Amino acid sequence: MVQAAVQSANSVDQSDDRPWVGRSIERVEDAALLSGGGRFIDDLGVAPGTLHATILRSPHAHADILSIDVEAAKRLAGVAAVLTGEDVKAVTTTLVVGVKAPVECWPIAMDRVRYVGEPVAVVVATDRARAEDAAELINVEYRPRGAVVDPLSALVSGVPVLHDGFPGNLASERAFRYGDPEKAFAEAPHRFSIDIRYPRNSCTPIETYGVVASHDAGEDAYEVLANFQGPFSIHTVIARALKVPGNRLRLRTPPDSGGSFGVKQGVFPYIVLIAAAARVTGKPVKWIEDRLEHLTASVSATNRATTLSAAVAADGKILALDWDQVEDCGAHLRAPEPATLYRMHGNMTGAYDVRHVKIRNRVVVTNKTPTGLNRGFGGPQVYFALERLVQRIAISLGLDPLDVITRNLIDAGTFPYRTATGALLDSGNYQEAVARAVAQGRLAELKARRDEARAQGRLYGIGFTAVVEPSVSNMGYITTVLTAAERRKAGPKNGAQATATVGLDPVGSVTVHVASVPQGQGHRTVLSQVVADVFGLQPKDIRVNTEIDTAKDAWSIASGNYASRFAAAVAGTAKLAAERVAGRLARIAASQLNVEAADIVFAKGFVASKHNPENRIAFSRVAALSHWSPGSLPDDAGQTIRETVFWTPPELTPPDEDDRINSSLCHGFIFDFCGVEIDRTTLETRIDRYVTMHDCGTILHPGMVNGQIRGGFAQALGAALYEEYAYAEDGSFLTGTLADYLLPTTTEVPEPEIFHMETPSPFTPLGAKGVGEGNCMSTPVCLANAVADALGVADITLPLVPARLAELVRGDEPPPPAGGATTAPVREGDRRLRGEGQASVKGAPEQVWAMLLDPATLQSVIPGCQRVDKITDTHFGADVTLGIGPVSGRYRADVELFDLDPPRAVTLRGGATGALGFGNAEGRITLAPDGNGGTKLAYSYDAAIGGKVASIGGRLLDGATRVIIGQFFTALARKAGGGGAAGGGFSLFALLAKVASLFGGRR
Amino acid sequence: MTRLKADARHSVRFSLNGKLVEGEAEPRMLLSDFLRHQLGATGTHVGCEHGVCGACTIIVDGMLTRSCLTLAAQVEGCELRTVEGLAPSADRLGVLQQAFRRNHALQCGFCTAGILMSLDHYLAGNPTPTEAEIRDLLSGHICRCTGYTPIIQAALEAAAELASSKKETSDA
Ligand code: FES
Ligand code: FES
Repeated sequence: MVQAAVQSANSVDQSDDRPWVGRSIERVEDAALLSGGGRFIDDLGVAPGTLHATILRSPHAHADILSIDVEAAKRLAGVAAVLTGEDVKAVTTTLVVGVKAPVECWPIAMDRVRYVGEPVAVVVATDRARAEDAAELINVEYRPRGAVVDPLSALVSGVPVLHDGFPGNLASERAFRYGDPEKAFAEAPHRFSIDIRYPRNSCTPIETYGVVASHDAGEDAYEVLANFQGPFSIHTVIARALKVPGNRLRLRTPPDSGGSFGVKQGVFPYIVLIAAAARVTGKPVKWIEDRLEHLTASVSATNRATTLSAAVAADGKILALDWDQVEDCGAHLRAPEPATLYRMHGNMTGAYDVRHVKIRNRVVVTNKTPTGLNRGFGGPQVYFALERLVQRIAISLGLDPLDVITRNLIDAGTFPYRTATGALLDSGNYQEAVARAVAQGRLAELKARRDEARAQGRLYGIGFTAVVEPSVSNMGYITTVLTAAERRKAGPKNGAQATATVGLDPVGSVTVHVASVPQGQGHRTVLSQVVADVFGLQPKDIRVNTEIDTAKDAWSIASGNYASRFAAAVAGTAKLAAERVAGRLARIAASQLNVEAADIVFAKGFVASKHNPENRIAFSRVAALSHWSPGSLPDDAGQTIRETVFWTPPELTPPDEDDRINSSLCHGFIFDFCGVEIDRTTLETRIDRYVTMHDCGTILHPGMVNGQIRGGFAQALGAALYEEYAYAEDGSFLTGTLADYLLPTTTEVPEPEIFHMETPSPFTPLGAKGVGEGNCMSTPVCLANAVADALGVADITLPLVPARLAELVRGDEPPPPAGGATTAPVREGDRRLRGEGQASVKGAPEQVWAMLLDPATLQSVIPGCQRVDKITDTHFGADVTLGIGPVSGRYRADVELFDLDPPRAVTLRGGATGALGFGNAEGRITLAPDGNGGTKLAYSYDAAIGGKVASIGGRLLDGATRVIIGQFFTALARKAGGGGAAGGGFSLFALLAKVASLFGGRR
Repeated sequence: MTRLKADARHSVRFSLNGKLVEGEAEPRMLLSDFLRHQLGATGTHVGCEHGVCGACTIIVDGMLTRSCLTLAAQVEGCELRTVEGLAPSADRLGVLQQAFRRNHALQCGFCTAGILMSLDHYLAGNPTPTEAEIRDLLSGHICRCTGYTPIIQAALEAAAELASSKKETSDA
């Protein structure tokens, strides 16, 4: 089937002599994917006897684990093992922490949980459903601690500390100085500042994580299949955690992966966890993450609090920048973090010529999911601050924002250009790109549209952004987090080894292997084009394999699919490998054709003499010779069976003594502008036109490049308008379903107008640069600038949901103080539920009072109540089953009565815990005679919840509360109507048990 | 109505892409899991298991259905169509599939099966859709890779091609 696909994919354009590179040929990947023949990790069979794992996770953001009772879970039929932190510790060691500090980082909680969703136990059983059943039977006793959620609050003294090894929650702090920023600020006529809170979000691939692991006890070796995406520097981290040398960790990837966008780097702690489970059980173990787990606890981009100041001349020229960044990496600083903060270090001046820069970088830990790779990786956070500031400079000086951009752009004549912080910008012509975009994107007309809309009283704005998109990361940039002295001690780290292997088989057909681990980017197609051009073949003649097997394939720590390195580095390396083989084939052909090797050309399936094309030999014949008759090869030809090339660019040097770092090899340029209209009534943001100009060097496959741009644009649009990993003040995670974490759909994503310019990179074999991440950097701030322009406001916080814009437009917020105001908290964290109501019940207050305290009555009227135990006269326990929205579960409730004033009033306080969450509540109930022999009952409650219920049922809680309380009163009234001796009782306790089991917040 | 015992496996029989299939399922087993793990029809994917992403969409008795919100036991005796049944033969793609390939309407392909099923079902009853109608139809599907426009483009192209080939047949 794939063969047929290749044939039809290449049936177009076969006749002409143009190279294959640069054409949008159909993808070899597609036929299988379109007919259900994809081979994603959960589509592949497993060995007979493979066990299935599920993970019990913390409902608390911060708590000590007092005890874990796994006995009932272990007894369940089909359960092979239950692993807690201790069991994992027995067979592994801590994961590497991103900075030097006395801190451990385990893939499972040891004696304390630090974020909602942190693994607490792994249950392994014959099938997933059994494992989940057993997980529900695990009883964990927690003692909650205070949580820190906000990165700036995390640094305030006296707040709860997550790790003793990170005093004050500060994991790393470094200050940098380039040029003479103090002087520039002192002398500049203007100084402008901006405070930014960049929110948490994630690119959320539609396929979740998956791991299948086994352990060979005889050799103490692990074999793991995971939809991991690299970087394979993480292989070392995993092997170390599993306490085996690298050659005893065989890590493979499946043929297909359902998107990653950086996120699947974060599967690695689960590789350790599932491998440990395989070792403990002696069986292969499979784990597929579900969506709630993915949203709650896979990995997130960092949220960041930034203060950025600029020293500015009267004409808008930026003379110096002063960055103060506080990076929130969540509960653990997992490798490769704090890379998000340092990935952009060479590019802190963006597309601008600024020679004086000051940077203060702080990394903090908070009670949120640990962070990791995410498309854009540090770029969105940096450019949001920089490009918002550029707009502020323009407005403050009464200049056109586009003029301020062009005034500051790096001059076209200065490439390669070394930025103040060390990046070597390879090539570009930013002025030309802007000019072309303005013309092709019809800016003048867009401005006229804005004027017209405004004349009609509509809210219309235009935003601009200029962005340098770095690609092909220097493996050494992360060492910028260390001081020069620390780096000297640790030894140099730098480069970015890419590898490709080209093989020729005995019938002369060509195979290519790379360690690039695509997740849908079409690498196989592009490589077939690149190699076909070298050999004068057609893409269908080249078979490409992009799976990786660390036991058999060529790879390096830089392998994998990240930092937009494919086109620039991997495809180029494949070209080099093919050329090396072609060079040898040319020598062989030359000796056979009796010509000089320099006279040889590869074309149309033949190896021929340039001067006399009739003098030729079929490619397959020359290609097979090394197999069949090595003796007949010329002495200098060597073998042509298989060639592996490693390529690392010399430009990627380690950070220098002054902390200058060329953090990436290639630098594309993006200039975006857009027009948006905001509905005056709904405050919805509609994109009228979005123009995006890209210079990503040589384009290898236009269709795929545009696909990357569109895809990145759609994700960035989500980040700008809808998406946020929301946390309550107590660290509860509030966006655990795709109905809470809103992703853009067909009705929200317009088609961007894409324009290209091609300035090849002098540093890459094909002249290509990365293109996949740029819009994630440029689009959020471009939209924010447009919205700010439309509303005439100074401060904008993402996502631009209507509720937030309403605060800006209609709210009674005071005007921002001079020098920049801090923005409102990302989302109101108050999830407390308060309510009150009344009911009439037959029977006098004394009677009702007695019934309220009677367990048997309670049990019969509390919806879903299995059992009520009276512990003392004023202390009750109960088991209840409740459903809220998509989740129903069992809870154990515990309620105490206070301030008893029989038969008039009582206060109840209690809590409930279950597999689906926890809660606490307080309520007051008053009873009064209604004058007809009955009782008028009034109640009020104040409650909050946490855990899974908060993550996936949050939207429904208020309604659910009312429904359940309603059910209670209906049952009560029915019972009262029945008129039995004990009937007609309203249960004070029942209400509270109900409420407490639903809602509750630690206080 | 038949009552199924919660902890027992029951036999489930239905027609899958025109072939009778049979397997055993506990009452709580989701149709998506049954298709994928019991029958090996792994073309239908699961992205959220709560009805939002659309990856698991299939056709049950002529109706678009989220297989992640359906129990296997519910489709006893039904006619199911999944992505595996779309191509006219193993080495040839159908008109809609070809349009997807031509327009680069997929990248990772994880969301694609559900989208194809929605479109296949819709185009059968609405041969000349507008872009707005296609966008509306597909708003129940999430694709994280493509930014959607190529999908819309492919759908419109396929609709046009299907309509003209139908016209040719009826003209002939
Ligand atoms: S898996 Fe069924 S809708 Fe997402
Ligand atoms: S193609 Fe990857 S999610 Fe749609």
